[in-house]
Amino acid sequence: MTAGATTGAGVGAGARRIDGVPKVTGAYVYGSDLRTENMLWGATVRSPHPSARIVGIDVSHALGSPGVRAVLTADDLPGRRTIGLEFCDQPVLADDVVRYAGEPVAIVAAETAAQARVAADAVEVEYELLPAVVDMEEALRGDSPHVHDFGNVLRHIHIVHGDLETARADVWVDGYYETAMQDQAALGPEAGLALPGHEGGVDIYAVTQWLHVDRQQMAPCLGLPEEHVRLTAAGVGGAFGSREDLHMQLHAALLALRTRRPVKMTYGREESFHGHVHRHPSRIWIRYGATHDGRIVAADVRLLLDGGAYASSSPAVVGNASTFAAGPYEIPNVRIEGTVVYTNNPPCGAMRGFGAPQVCFAYESAMDALADRLGLDPVELRLRNALRTGSVLPTGQVITGTAPVREVIERCRAVPLPPAEDTVGRDPISYPGGAGHVSRGESLRRGVGFAVGFKNVAYSEGFDDAAEATVTLRPAPNGPVAVVRTAAVDYGQGLYTVLAQIVRSELGVEEVVFEPASTESGSAGSTSASRQTTMTGGAVLAACRELKAALDGGPATLPISRTHVFHHRPTTGFDADGQGDIHVSFSFAAERAVVEVDTELGLARVVEIAAVQDAGRVINPLGAEGQVEGGTAMGLGLALTEQVSLDGGVIRNPSFTDYLIPTILDVPPIVTEFVEEPEPGAPYGLKGIGEVATVAATPAIVAALRAATGRTLNRVPVTPDDLVGIRPPAATDGRAPVPAVSGQEAIPEALGLGLGQQQLMKAREP
Amino acid sequence: MIIHANVNGSIQELDVPPAASLLAILRDSLGLTGAKNACEQGECGACTVWLDGAPVCSCLVAAVQADGAAVRTVESVAGGDVLHPVQEAFLDSGAVQCGFCTPGLVVAAVDLLEHDPNPDEETIREGLAGNLCRCTGYRKVVDAVRLASERSS
Amino acid sequence: MRAAYPDAVPLAGGTDLMADVNFGRRRPAAVLDLSRVRELRDWHSDDGTVFVGAGVTFARIARELAALRPLAEAARSVGSPQIRNRATLGGNVATASPAGDSIPVLAAYDAEIVLASVTHHRNVPWHAFFLGPKRTALEPDELVVGAEWRLVDAPGSFAKVGTRNAMVIAVAGVCLQLHPSERSLRLALGSVAPTVIRAHDAEALAAAAIDWNDAERPLPPVIGREFGRLASLGAQPIDDVRGTAAYRRRAVEVLARRALEWAVADRRAAA
Repeated sequence: MTAGATTGAGVGAGARRIDGVPKVTGAYVYGSDLRTENMLWGATVRSPHPSARIVGIDVSHALGSPGVRAVLTADDLPGRRTIGLEFCDQPVLADDVVRYAGEPVAIVAAETAAQARVAADAVEVEYELLPAVVDMEEALRGDSPHVHDFGNVLRHIHIVHGDLETARADVWVDGYYETAMQDQAALGPEAGLALPGHEGGVDIYAVTQWLHVDRQQMAPCLGLPEEHVRLTAAGVGGAFGSREDLHMQLHAALLALRTRRPVKMTYGREESFHGHVHRHPSRIWIRYGATHDGRIVAADVRLLLDGGAYASSSPAVVGNASTFAAGPYEIPNVRIEGTVVYTNNPPCGAMRGFGAPQVCFAYESAMDALADRLGLDPVELRLRNALRTGSVLPTGQVITGTAPVREVIERCRAVPLPPAEDTVGRDPISYPGGAGHVSRGESLRRGVGFAVGFKNVAYSEGFDDAAEATVTLRPAPNGPVAVVRTAAVDYGQGLYTVLAQIVRSELGVEEVVFEPASTESGSAGSTSASRQTTMTGGAVLAACRELKAALDGGPATLPISRTHVFHHRPTTGFDADGQGDIHVSFSFAAERAVVEVDTELGLARVVEIAAVQDAGRVINPLGAEGQVEGGTAMGLGLALTEQVSLDGGVIRNPSFTDYLIPTILDVPPIVTEFVEEPEPGAPYGLKGIGEVATVAATPAIVAALRAATGRTLNRVPVTPDDLVGIRPPAATDGRAPVPAVSGQEAIPEALGLGLGQQQLMKAREP
Repeated sequence: MIIHANVNGSIQELDVPPAASLLAILRDSLGLTGAKNACEQGECGACTVWLDGAPVCSCLVAAVQADGAAVRTVESVAGGDVLHPVQEAFLDSGAVQCGFCTPGLVVAAVDLLEHDPNPDEETIREGLAGNLCRCTGYRKVVDAVRLASERSS
Repeated sequence: MRAAYPDAVPLAGGTDLMADVNFGRRRPAAVLDLSRVRELRDWHSDDGTVFVGAGVTFARIARELAALRPLAEAARSVGSPQIRNRATLGGNVATASPAGDSIPVLAAYDAEIVLASVTHHRNVPWHAFFLGPKRTALEPDELVVGAEWRLVDAPGSFAKVGTRNAMVIAVAGVCLQLHPSERSLRLALGSVAPTVIRAHDAEALAAAAIDWNDAERPLPPVIGREFGRLASLGAQPIDDVRGTAAYRRRAVEVLARRALEWAVADRRAAA
């Protein structure tokens, strides 16, 4: 464990959070805490059906409901009628059809939250049910219902490297794996406040991950120029990908502009499940070929993701997942076919890991099967094939940055195993089953499992990602104060603390304060993709160095400001064979899980996890450990307890009663270590660390469960039914067919449809 | 219905609807937004407050039931500008990330240590089993409770 | 009072009712606050009878009634510390979920539910009170006053299975209580039928196999396995979002067998 935090420290120290005091006293203001005078409450009417035509909407009863000030449907929209992170295929309010259960159909504003709810319930929508497609393989079939006019294939990625046909392997293993739909389950709900402005504009205080992409979608829908749509970040209670797409921001703004009064909207937990995207469920077929001495010569992967009703960031997710699908290994002959389809299931999009967790579960499970077939130690097999600097990936990209995969693996393996525990005589709560008092130590078996994963840092495929920051030195009685202005959102990972540490180290200034994050400054990009410390940290670092250079000449007249827009090196898109310089940088992690299973009841307890992560340079050890521990816990959830359960496209468990995130009794001690090989071109040589622990944790735990029980376990989450053997492994009729599409682009783009946000996604000209 | 409750040491007179929760009244009528609404079902503990000295999920207490009762919220834990040892320990241990679960955890942890000043790991975990956190993985929360316990002895 | 305001919904700890209110499933026009009725918060044990008032919380049961081991274990397994500070025995009984944690214990104790109205008191045996999922024999003008049973000072236990280690609604639960003076035992099963049920066939097998004269005599393992099998056969579980029927049968089989083995071992240890 790292030594306790210190205040006012620079890079490398475990500095105390600069926003910590209001968080421990309850004073920190989150979106759901916002209030103002004369405020109305908004509520949303959502479709209960996964696929239906809207025959008619009768708002008369709602309008007559006590306290109601507005009821809006698609007919009331003043501007563009669709939104979307990548393609504007998602209606602001459903127009003629609904495509998923939970889709917004109407919004109301009333004097109290209770009145808004009653009014929403009084909106009468007449639906004509339509056929729904809720299975991702069925969606690929030509005769399945079309979610959108142009068919159900959203994007297909085709990667071919070397020559699979001529690859000579002594041994082949085939595996089929499934991962369930996971929810980000951030504790802080979707929430915000919209206030009509004097000039016909609107101010929105919202829970979000990226202010500027929110504005870019909202302005045309409100019929306003971007300058008149001003967003400021409210406190965000976690996000993990669920606050990248618009949720209530546009709805509240529409109601505020209609009623000319402030409108507050906040989702309860049940509505939250319907109100944001989830992690793509996946089906993955993977084939490895290797020589007797454990060199992998071939990998052939087919992966299928269920994108749900609207595109969100699915095209980027399948691109990402496909590039990682063969694992962090040097393999000369690779074919990867990755598809994301539309279905009438709830939309999926960004969630911590962004496609990498699903494929990691598949490739690491297959690696263990390969090791078993070869008679090799699983860790040794990985060491023999591990990527390194200079390796060529299946996309043809050469790793030019650091890739200390071997060291990460060896350090993880070297962490001492936890001591054996007595099976009898423990506190009852320490047995698998915890507080349920089901054991006195019967039928306990331990298992150890290992996994390696990797993830990109920052955006990919030629996206010209940038982050702006301004650093100002202001005079003050006790010495200059540094003021940082950034539109970056810190939703818990501690970005602002890290930025303060950078400023302290660079400028030698003790006190660092932050202006509110808003669209008044230039975009900082999304707080996602493990990118912010690199991007906004890079911008702050550069601005500080420019300030220092300006001050080097002699005594300065304060205040003095410098603004820097930080770009990472350019990347490219996929060519026809899926080749390209797709990613900026890679980070790697290895996790080793020790589990104890009550084999009669099929209950698992994770005893300990060792996590070793490639971090480049650790800016704040306490914060970095926190990211690894939290990320590991999220991977543990996918392994053991978390699944959005769907029945005909309807979520059956939209509550914390039945969507089970790990409790304190479920998460074990986590031993964390970092490998610090500085990444060239990155500020301080750092690498983003927020996601890769989640990627590696799930397969490590499942491998341990297999070791403890001997079960196949090819699907997550693993249930007690799987562990006791009363549910057979997930079965398949064979690989999903490859759709006949030309090119690597998402189909909407290829068809020139609703380009929406694509303006943001064009590459810089080389 | 008019009720009188002692909230953080001062008597409040409040007019509350029959089925309104104590959480809603604290947040909306009294502006004490430290207690959070994250699940509305008593599953997450983000709304934890003391009711007559016992930590409860305020989302499941009907406000009318607070009539004549003493309610303490996270806002009462610090002594003015001086943080409680538990709050200091949370900050020193890195146990706060997004912070949404933190007020509920602070109340639960303060209560735990008031009843058991030197809890072992299992006691800490059982005592905080009603508080969900999505960011930290709980390890540093356990560290924080241990640190607060060590510092107070 | 209940007769005067028949639409007023009784409320004590609120852990069931308020959850429904918050999710918009119920909008009571009025509530009847029982948390202030002092008599409901009492428990007493005299003359070999235990009475626990409807307003006694699970936190108090876990602390003050620790000697009644199955009941205390069930109380300790409920929700979270915050929930246990509010959730009451009476609420558990009146809600009558087949997964209610205290109900298998009441069944294993052969408890009676004590009801009261303006005009009368009555005791209803547990099996006549719980009629179906969330359905009871409570009349519109009645309130649950408490539960009472004959005190049995003998080994017993409660156990429930859930998919994570804390804060779970039981996927399957069992309570076992030895009644040596009657040379019998009770085994109650929760979450595996429309109501909590007793496993009579299993009970009969074990009652006949246990040596009631010699506490130190071990029980052959085959008895435990058969006990579990019979218990599982008596269950009528369903598939739902929390678990499958097949797993519930398996869990009952294992939990029942372990409960019997623990009871026999505890009886031997006490001798």
